[in-house]
Amino acid sequence: MTEKPPNSPRTVTDPSAPAPGAPRPRTAPGTTVLTAPASAEAGAPTRTGARAAAPRRPAPRSWRDSPLRRATPWFFLAVPLALLLTFTYVPVASMISYSFTDWDGVSPHREFTGVDNYVQIFTRPEMFRVFFVSGYYLAASALQIGVALYFATVLSFNLRFRNFFKGVLFFPYLINGVAIGFVFLYFFQDGGTLDSVLAWLGVTTDHPWLGDPTSANLSLAGVSVWRFTGLNFVLFLGAIQSVPGELYEAAQLDGADRWQQFRHIIVPSIKPVLSLSVILAISGSLSVFEIPYIMTGGATGTSTFVIQTVKLAFQFNKTGLASAAAVVLLALILLLTWVQRRLVPDDKVDLV
Amino acid sequence: MTPAPTSRRRLRAGTVLTYLSLIAATLVVLLPLAVVLLTSLKTAEEVSEGGALSLPGDWLNFRNYATAFTDGHLLAAFGNTAFILLFSLAGTVIIGSMTAYAVDRFDFRAKKAVMALFLVATLVPAVTTQVATFQVVNGFGLVDTRWAPILLYMGTDIVSVYIFLQFIRSIPRSLDEAARLDGANAFTIYRKIILPLLKPAIATVVIIKGITTYNDFYIPFLYLHSEDLGTISTALFRFKGPFGAHWEAISAGAILVILPTLVVFLLLQRWIYNGFAQGATK
Repeated sequence: MTEKPPNSPRTVTDPSAPAPGAPRPRTAPGTTVLTAPASAEAGAPTRTGARAAAPRRPAPRSWRDSPLRRATPWFFLAVPLALLLTFTYVPVASMISYSFTDWDGVSPHREFTGVDNYVQIFTRPEMFRVFFVSGYYLAASALQIGVALYFATVLSFNLRFRNFFKGVLFFPYLINGVAIGFVFLYFFQDGGTLDSVLAWLGVTTDHPWLGDPTSANLSLAGVSVWRFTGLNFVLFLGAIQSVPGELYEAAQLDGADRWQQFRHIIVPSIKPVLSLSVILAISGSLSVFEIPYIMTGGATGTSTFVIQTVKLAFQFNKTGLASAAAVVLLALILLLTWVQRRLVPDDKVDLV
Repeated sequence: MTPAPTSRRRLRAGTVLTYLSLIAATLVVLLPLAVVLLTSLKTAEEVSEGGALSLPGDWLNFRNYATAFTDGHLLAAFGNTAFILLFSLAGTVIIGSMTAYAVDRFDFRAKKAVMALFLVATLVPAVTTQVATFQVVNGFGLVDTRWAPILLYMGTDIVSVYIFLQFIRSIPRSLDEAARLDGANAFTIYRKIILPLLKPAIATVVIIKGITTYNDFYIPFLYLHSEDLGTISTALFRFKGPFGAHWEAISAGAILVILPTLVVFLLLQRWIYNGFAQGATK
């Protein structure tokens, strides 16, 4: 019970009220706008009757302040918040607490080991090596962004079969990762697609593409370019096409060639999407999992940070160590996001 | 020599190069897929004797597809995937739209805090937290049931909350007010007014969430161990063992998994481009 509604029947004389003592004016205090007689009559005749039956309601309040109304958003938020807390915040909290123990994920006992797990991650060379594998994927993402930018620019002009090319370039992004893994296992295998195409071009090679670490990582990073270029391409294309056409016409009238149009119209218009792509590329190359896991299982030096973490946790039952690794990855990604937000102040992020 | 013809010729050369680059990209994208399609139509002998680019003797040889369906358990996998898709999509739509409705249409004290919870959660990549999420799911006794992926897909999708939130702002509040005057309570307003008007946002969420769920490998790989609970991703992954070097069967399985995506893409192109662009920039 907070405040007295302004249209309480005792203080305000409702101009539409026909005569004192008639049942209708008493319907007004229930809602805020009910002074309009038409809406009261047409909208809720039964309610009018119900209220009239209980004439002396002590100091009615408006719907806006009732405790029921204040509780309403929580009815809608209860399940979403419960799921959010259970599957995002509780895991993060417990992950941090596991990371300081030697827990195996099963036994009821766990020893507190301090920062020992973190020391292991950064000092054991076979654990630290996975960070170098990310370098291949990082280089691949740079190539990917370049290729996507080129095709987005080219296809923003009117071309024949534009929609066909757009569809072809984007489609790999939609394909199931396991299917892509198999397609490229056959592509790289001895006597497979790549060898056959090279032989057809007159190059005979029996190089085992997935046989040594450098070649295997380059091949896998190439698959990731094949798979993800489409998303960058569509993002860039959308940004370029949001530039009004008159701008290009004006530039053409001023004698700007295509390179100048690219440099002075297209590049500024895609800057936000470009910075987003860079951050997605970096965090993506840190958390590569599917393609190398499906194609090589992490063998021949292609293990990535996430493959290693998953193996530690679910094959070797080193939940404590795996949690520490996951915390390191999480911290890296949060740090990157923070750096990006500082470098490119983003006005699109709005809280409500 | 006037400048005009040179520039026109240069433009034409540029156009030719542009088309050449587009054709090259098309080949790079389609060739690996086309070869797998060819392989799926070959017999085992044709695969072991002919090269990768050789053509199948019988273009209508669908025996490998039958093998993939029966021995590869792909039929059960499509069933499981459909089951998981149905529940997780319905759940995502309901949860995302309810959250957006509560946050956009009501003023309450903890609103900023609630939004911050959702916003911060977008920064936490799901791959990193699975080590501990597994323990939570295990605690509920849901490991190796189809409810584990359903709950995870429903509960950790913040992108769809943002898509709904952005869309709900464009629905005029006067509609809510009018309904309230007619005696509708908050739930009726959500159910009868907001939800129907959210249809375009629901379509976007269903498409992008549907495709990512269909393609997801990580969650079913971690949570569904039984062979009869495989989704298409894990069922296809299991082809690696029994079919070993039987590339014709593996190829048929891969094509079967890709085909529904291709059909959906051809039917819903425009929605898909917009949806994924929207989803990625959130």
